[in-house]
Amino acid sequence: MNEQYSWRDFDWTLLLVALLIAALGALEVYSATLSTPWHDAYLRQILWIGLGLGLMWVASTIDYHWLVQHAPTFYVLTLVGLVGVLLFGTVVNGSRRWLPIPGLVNLQVSEFAKIMLVLLVARLFAELPKGRLDLSTLFKAGFIFLIPLVLVARQPDLSTSLSFLPILGMGIFLTGLPRKYIAVGLVAATLAAPVGWFLLSDYQKDRVTAFMNPEEDPRGKGYQALQSKIAVGSGGIWGQGFARGTQTQLRFIPEAHTDFVFASYAEETGFAGVLIVLTLYFGLLMRIVNNAQTAADPAGTQICMAVAALLLFQITVNVGMVVNKMPVTGMPLPLMSYGGSNTLTVFILLGLVNNVRIRRFTN
Amino acid sequence: MTRFDQHRPPSREVETSIFQYIVAAIFLWLLTGFWQLQVQDPEVYEQRATLNSVKSLPIPAPRGRILDRDGRVLVDNIQTFRMMLSKDAVRAESALLIAEGLNIPYEELVDRLGTVGIQRGPDYQQVVLKDGLPLSEVAFFEAHRGELPELELIRSPRRRYPLNGMAAHMLGYVGQISKAQLNLEEFVLHESGAEIGKAGIERRYNDFLVGKDGRRLVLVDSRSRRVRDLNREEAEPGQTLRLTIDLDLQVVADLAMGDRRGAVVALDPRNGEILAMVSKPAFDVNAFVGGVTEAAWRNVARDPDKPMLNRATQAQLAPGSIFKPFVALAGLMEGAVDKDFQVLCTGGASFYGRYFRCHRAGGHGWVNMEEALRVSCDVYFYNLGKELGIDRIAKYAELAGFGSRTDIDLPAEAEGIVPSSRWKIRFFRDKWYAGETISVSIGQGALTITPLQAAHAIGGLAMGGVWHRPRLIADREAAKILANYSPPEPRRAEITEEQLEPIVRGMWRVVNDGGTGVRAMIPGRSVCGKTGSAQRISRTLAFENDDPRLLDDGWFIAFAPCEAPEIVVSVLFENGEHGSWAAPIARDVIKAYFDKQERRAQPRRQPDQPAAPQTAKAEISRP
Repeated sequence: MNEQYSWRDFDWTLLLVALLIAALGALEVYSATLSTPWHDAYLRQILWIGLGLGLMWVASTIDYHWLVQHAPTFYVLTLVGLVGVLLFGTVVNGSRRWLPIPGLVNLQVSEFAKIMLVLLVARLFAELPKGRLDLSTLFKAGFIFLIPLVLVARQPDLSTSLSFLPILGMGIFLTGLPRKYIAVGLVAATLAAPVGWFLLSDYQKDRVTAFMNPEEDPRGKGYQALQSKIAVGSGGIWGQGFARGTQTQLRFIPEAHTDFVFASYAEETGFAGVLIVLTLYFGLLMRIVNNAQTAADPAGTQICMAVAALLLFQITVNVGMVVNKMPVTGMPLPLMSYGGSNTLTVFILLGLVNNVRIRRFTN
Repeated sequence: MTRFDQHRPPSREVETSIFQYIVAAIFLWLLTGFWQLQVQDPEVYEQRATLNSVKSLPIPAPRGRILDRDGRVLVDNIQTFRMMLSKDAVRAESALLIAEGLNIPYEELVDRLGTVGIQRGPDYQQVVLKDGLPLSEVAFFEAHRGELPELELIRSPRRRYPLNGMAAHMLGYVGQISKAQLNLEEFVLHESGAEIGKAGIERRYNDFLVGKDGRRLVLVDSRSRRVRDLNREEAEPGQTLRLTIDLDLQVVADLAMGDRRGAVVALDPRNGEILAMVSKPAFDVNAFVGGVTEAAWRNVARDPDKPMLNRATQAQLAPGSIFKPFVALAGLMEGAVDKDFQVLCTGGASFYGRYFRCHRAGGHGWVNMEEALRVSCDVYFYNLGKELGIDRIAKYAELAGFGSRTDIDLPAEAEGIVPSSRWKIRFFRDKWYAGETISVSIGQGALTITPLQAAHAIGGLAMGGVWHRPRLIADREAAKILANYSPPEPRRAEITEEQLEPIVRGMWRVVNDGGTGVRAMIPGRSVCGKTGSAQRISRTLAFENDDPRLLDDGWFIAFAPCEAPEIVVSVLFENGEHGSWAAPIARDVIKAYFDKQERRAQPRRQPDQPAAPQTAKAEISRP
């Protein structure tokens, strides 16, 4: 492989936007944890961002074609890791998500599984000619995705396992599905929805119910959704000021530095701050799509678009939850929520996008 | 590259641009969410945020203290902890923990939480969950503060009453305002959950005793931990109330009554000031403060001895012979008899075809008014009553204050009954039968009075026809607390010296000349008195029943000194059989009055006496 790219080809715009969002995120983590015992969380978050930048550079340098080729190997390794989580994982809040690495940190394998799936979907679909997706490939892909999805859902971590779906969905979307399949799929999805309801566990059902009517039980299940709404609303246009939001500082917002970091941010910076960050996210996604469009080959396009789809899904679910347009789930907001595994994963994913960009002229 | 289709477009332009539109649409959709919350109606959420984090806590104002006439404390406050419950934050899950930690039976708590849930206040309201928490429960709350955001602990002053129920009926007690009381005009200024006077002085002067609660706005976090005070409005304590009660006399009267059922009223006939008021049996008022349990309440309310009844103002009983001085007064003032009019008592007499017995079977022989009072001869008063007729008796009974409220400053005073032909028609739609007059003339029949009325009536008579309204607040004190207070005018009647003399002399002889009230005699003091033994049921019925509650009630009324009265005492001794058993109680009170006067009259300081006993004495009389 020819390694003839320079720093000039690096996607500085992508990096700048991502760093701006991450910096605002770290600031809000600092503010939201000020009055808590874990008020040094922002320092660790900065550490994660730094580490993420390094991994992003690593992910940019290894040719994505090689990575795509070896996706099946990564797949097997990931499955081993996920099974390991179920067997040896640490239990936090009744969910077994973290694999303890001796002497190091706890790794959330399901986060890193997303990277593997992005590569795998490129491997599965990029070779196919447009509009030639046949049923056997579709079932094969579905089966391949189903295994990690079930393993993660068993932890249980529904929101992470669901976030695998947009990666697969983007693969199918880009390859192009014959119309009859689309029709059949829609009918099947409609029929599957009620069945799926029965498969949900009680706490998941409660969350959906609480989402439909948060005021019904303000101190119970709907508490998080309601407190988030109150925090966002009390921010007004200009916000209550950095580190001065009462709902954030008095800890009425649940998980104010992780899942609900955007509620804290919205309270303290108001609509103006929200507009800035959403614009940055929009720019980030547009930049990734732009890289997809200039990619040298369908595999590159597939990688970029899968990353975009995944990020869009996470942003939508998380921000939607904060404004009560989505049910409450444990979905972290990419680049802003506190957390090692998810921060590293997002930077590695952006590294893959950059990887594709750097090599856009190599063919 | 060879693996890929050479003729495909360089990228999936259509799909990627569709995706771009989807991204834009989703972001716009999310933005509308923020627009609605933050731009369209942020006030709603700012308010909710304030409700979240700002708790409004009351600072209860201490009620005014209640003092006796010498400034000694009768009712005071002590500091206690009070648990408040926020109505709008009650959660069913907390009930078990609260019940366990605050030692409230679970069923009772759920019951109360239920009613709290129903009577939701207009806004953020708190009700008192438990008052006077022991330190163990305070510790429990501090440990579980985070789990129980519906609770809040505040310091609150709590009423402290005299022990053993002394003066309980007169002083009354406080409690949380009831739903029914919320609608009364008397309590129009009070909100739900407020502590108000429920009886006695506490109720009558509630508006002066009650202070103005302060308020504290506190910033709290999601675990209800106090972050800091935002605003503080201090409480204004209630006004101190000085009563006319003399603690010394009150104690003596209380001890003299002992375990007997009945009442004692001592007052100053010159101005109507109540010096002592005892009702027995009493109840420990301290147990009522801060909410009484239903079981304890039932116990008191269903007690056949009726300990809640203030017998001094609410017991309505036949007066028996203590009514005779007023019949005598009617006879003299109406000119029906003179002081020398005599009647032969042979142990009974027939009137209107019925034989009426005197209490002395052998009869008293020839008796005039003075003698009739001394020996309490019934036959004399039968004749006098027959001569007067019921309506003339009623006229003077009413003049003396019987049959209507004395308007003492205590709630729920009873009126008693003075029968008359008008009364008979009004309540029984029947004419008065002359035979009924005979019973009334010795204080029986339909006639009923209260011990307070007895003291008021005889006091006014002894003063030569000046009946001052009985009062627990002296005019001087009332002028201080009431705007434009004017002392009520006494009710007057023209009683001449000649009319008064035989009655006073008769009553003097009751006590000092081997009469029925010799047990009230105090050597060196001129005490006038009259006994009364009032039947509860007819003699024949009483003979058949061996129930101690059907025994005659003993009465005694007294005033001293006879020539210029300073103190009047009336004693009711329920089922005491005879008024002579009530006499020593009155004597104790009168003696205590004069003993105190003597102590006061002694020179305060003698130059060669050591200082120590002097200060000790000063402390006792005026702490």
